[in-house]
Amino acid sequence: MTVASERMAVQAGKAAQSTPEWLAGRLGGLALHVALISITVAWVVPTAGLFVSSFRDLNSITTTGWWTALAPPFKFTLDNYQHVLERNNLGTSFVNSFMIAIPATIIPATLAAFAAYAFTWMKFWGRDWLFLALVGLLVVPLQATFIPLLKLFTSLGLTGTFPAVWLAHTGYGLPFAIYLLSNFFRALPSDLFESAEIDGAGTLTVFFRIVLPLSVPAIASLVIFQFLWVWNDLLVALIYLGGSPDVSPLTVTVANLVNSLGQGYQWLTAAAFLSMIVPLVVFFSLQRYFVRGILAGSVKG
Amino acid sequence: MDIFQLLTLAGVVVLVPTALAVYIIGLEYVVRLLPDATQPRVRPWIWVTPALVFVALFLVYPTLGTIQISLLDRAGNFVGLANYATVFNDSGVIIAIRNNFLYWLVLYTVFVLVFGVLLAVLADRVRYETLLKSLIFMPMAISFVALGVIWKFMYSYQPADAPQTGTMNALVTTLFHAQPVTWLQDRAIDNPALIATAVWGFTGFAMVILSAALKGIPGDLLEAARVDGAGELTIFRRVILPLLMPTITVVGTTLVIFALKAFDIVYVMTGGNYDTDVLANRMYLELTKFSQPGRAGAVATILLLAVIPVLIFNLRQLRAVESRR
Amino acid sequence: MGVLKVRGFSLTRSFVVPLVALLVAVGCATGSSSDKGSVSVLAAWGGSEQDSFMAMVKPFTDRTGIKINYTGTRDTSVLTTRIQAGNPPDLAGLPGPGQMYDLAKQGKLISLDGVLDSSQMASDYAPDWIKLGQYNGKTVGIFIKTSLKGLVWYVPKNFQAKAYPLPKTWDDLLALQDTIKNGGTAPWCIGLASSGADGWPGTDWVKDIVLTQAGPSVYDKWAAGTQKWTSAEIKTAFQTWGTNFVNKSGYVYGGAAAMKSTDFADSATPMFATPPKCYMHHQASFMSGIFVEKNPALKPTTDFSFFPMPPVTSANDGGHVVAGDLFGMFKDTAQARALMKYLVTAEAQTIWVKRGGALSANKKVDLASYPDDLSRQMAAVLVGAKIARFDAGDLMPPAMQSAFWKAVLDYVSNPGQLDSILTNLDKIQVDAYK
Repeated sequence: MTVASERMAVQAGKAAQSTPEWLAGRLGGLALHVALISITVAWVVPTAGLFVSSFRDLNSITTTGWWTALAPPFKFTLDNYQHVLERNNLGTSFVNSFMIAIPATIIPATLAAFAAYAFTWMKFWGRDWLFLALVGLLVVPLQATFIPLLKLFTSLGLTGTFPAVWLAHTGYGLPFAIYLLSNFFRALPSDLFESAEIDGAGTLTVFFRIVLPLSVPAIASLVIFQFLWVWNDLLVALIYLGGSPDVSPLTVTVANLVNSLGQGYQWLTAAAFLSMIVPLVVFFSLQRYFVRGILAGSVKG
Repeated sequence: MDIFQLLTLAGVVVLVPTALAVYIIGLEYVVRLLPDATQPRVRPWIWVTPALVFVALFLVYPTLGTIQISLLDRAGNFVGLANYATVFNDSGVIIAIRNNFLYWLVLYTVFVLVFGVLLAVLADRVRYETLLKSLIFMPMAISFVALGVIWKFMYSYQPADAPQTGTMNALVTTLFHAQPVTWLQDRAIDNPALIATAVWGFTGFAMVILSAALKGIPGDLLEAARVDGAGELTIFRRVILPLLMPTITVVGTTLVIFALKAFDIVYVMTGGNYDTDVLANRMYLELTKFSQPGRAGAVATILLLAVIPVLIFNLRQLRAVESRR
Repeated sequence: MGVLKVRGFSLTRSFVVPLVALLVAVGCATGSSSDKGSVSVLAAWGGSEQDSFMAMVKPFTDRTGIKINYTGTRDTSVLTTRIQAGNPPDLAGLPGPGQMYDLAKQGKLISLDGVLDSSQMASDYAPDWIKLGQYNGKTVGIFIKTSLKGLVWYVPKNFQAKAYPLPKTWDDLLALQDTIKNGGTAPWCIGLASSGADGWPGTDWVKDIVLTQAGPSVYDKWAAGTQKWTSAEIKTAFQTWGTNFVNKSGYVYGGAAAMKSTDFADSATPMFATPPKCYMHHQASFMSGIFVEKNPALKPTTDFSFFPMPPVTSANDGGHVVAGDLFGMFKDTAQARALMKYLVTAEAQTIWVKRGGALSANKKVDLASYPDDLSRQMAAVLVGAKIARFDAGDLMPPAMQSAFWKAVLDYVSNPGQLDSILTNLDKIQVDAYK
């Protein structure tokens, strides 16, 4: 919809001011804040419960609710965190997680950007069918791919090396990445490309100088999701990388806090928070790219 | 971290995008040497091929293998649709199908989408937007193992005479003065309970993407509408929603597909017990525990077929967008 | 410049191939290598078990310089995937003899006959234990540690306070639980939940009952899949469990709801409350380790103790269900062989025994190595059991065992459905043992 037609639609809607309209008008105000804050508080409760539990000993966790710890007597302990931090492979696996996640984010993001641009702004034979096939591949359960791919990697000698997981995560992450970026690239106004063409800009200029800068929020979202999906992944790493101490990521070390009978979950409470810090930092640092107004003034006139 | 690892990481981080850029730029100059008419026919393939190669290798090749195996028996003989017959006769699979299509497909998708849109739009209007979005997003940053621990605690059950350890049962017993409930073992509510966990975990996903799309709506458009005197609801319905529709389609499609292949939450919280089973879990069990790759392949193929209506919907949307250009 | 005129795809390959080569070189360099070699081990142990295993193999590494690369995961699919893909670990923990037979049938397990010293094995282990690790007469599995099932845990102070007698016979047990119930408390604490394997604690009850009620030959046929689940003996076993324990109102603390939703390890906690909410907990020998982990203040024998589950019929007195952690070899390397040889020795087994939470089937392990009297008692029962049978669930194919776990949960939820539950198990039995 162009800007002009939007204004017409709004004029049309304005003609009928009904009760829901009045209510919604009031919504910008105290009601909005109350609604948002209560939803957020409810959302945070489960995580807050885990956070409090991570400072309690096992006996307390299993016999009383976490909220009881917020009233005296305050029986808190750092034992859970201590146990996790003393785990002899924690540092190495932390580093390994970065070694796995960073390339496994950058490679698919780059490949997806190129492919998405072609899918949205270039016409070629079979384009729509290929695109749909990509979307359809989102449903493939990962376990169905392990045996043939592991066979392939083993014959190439890649099993147990970081490149194996980089390549695997790239393959697995590309359908969603392309799908997501295509949506954002498609939303760019076509006048943009027309005026660029008039100015004589070639494909490369359009992509690197126009499309990419305007798509920063989209790319930021993709980076967030791919990073945290790889950071929190356990199975792909176990299968292609193996779980030996020198290459295993944080997720493996955390999973092994618990023994084969499922005992030791009090340490998981602490480990969950230690592990959560990194994706949250990534999220926070990319938040500044979620700003409005990048498109403003780009096409006018 | 030793210096060698740091160098490797830096190397890969710099080398790969650079190599890809060089590839694109280099080949672009090659394409320019071609006659004008052939250029637009060749160029797109340069851009999509690297991605397609990966996808072909990592997803298409195993999928074809899976479909092929679904037609064989354990010894490798061709048995046609026998595995499918067995699978459809398995009451466990029927329950899984019901769960995927009734609970996950409908409840999960709708709630995540509604919450996502709502939160993205409302958060956009307050100054503490970043804090809010971070808090709603936080569940996404948690691994499935930790998610299982959190919600197993939330749904924890103690007999009525003992103090409750689970948040949900504490609310039920104190606020509603009712008996505590076995949220994950009671066949009447365990599926919705799992969906609630999934909605909690994934709303952040929808919200972030929709928020990014929302930022793409020019601010002056909304200002102009407000200046014209339009109420917030009208603005939402007539301006925001239509412009968000393509992104809602993308998020909705992704959620539907996630619903079809839901696995981790069910695996971690109930293992599929008490009628909570899902297709992906059945596939996993048949493949890895029961050593029945043919049946596992049949379940996986059912998933592939189930996604076709979604693809048709997407195709329609695509064509609609194209025609409007 | 003529070479640039080729199709884009080949140029891609000339970029990708050296890139991959570089990545592989880098990747290989990040892997580890040692001159004496290494052994890759895959097992389900985590937490304290992982620590115990690493302690167990440390003298081996110190002595031979061979590194142990241990991967722990509770996800059994990792092992099967790696085996199917031709990338198995050197050594791996097997969930049970049932899985071991499956793998041996497929030819994936390396025979240990040439690896282990057969005369030493014969003197160290009772023939039953050696047989359990064999397929078609070839040894393919060894036991790293073992456990004793069918024990009833109780708090001595609670029993003394009410002057409850320790039951020796089945009738004693039924009389005792009636007494406890009439005293106003539920006799039993039962928890069936267990991450990823809900239901197995219930199957332990049923196994005990089948062994001591129907007898060892029925038990063997049942485990081998030649005894129908709908047969009178098995059905009676379920009913015995149901009518006497789980379906009897007030005999289990919290009833079916608590049973289904409580993790087995947490379910015993009410036994230690003041006043106690229950008096007895049916569980395997490893429960003692769990008690201490949950509450380090508890001391074995003084704070908690056990008596063996009385046999249902006196004819089957001395019948015990045992279990163990099985290990198999998938790749024939000198290092793997050396490790296998080491793991069966009394020296190795003693290390884990000393750390607690494990029993050893090795006769040469000194009873003094056990950390407390309680473990010594359990070890004595294990070694001296008259009728010892391996855990039937672990002997069954995985599909059958999973169905067994689920059946227990269904039975507790709906005792009236027993017939249809058993019929369903028969259906699965036909399929699973093929």
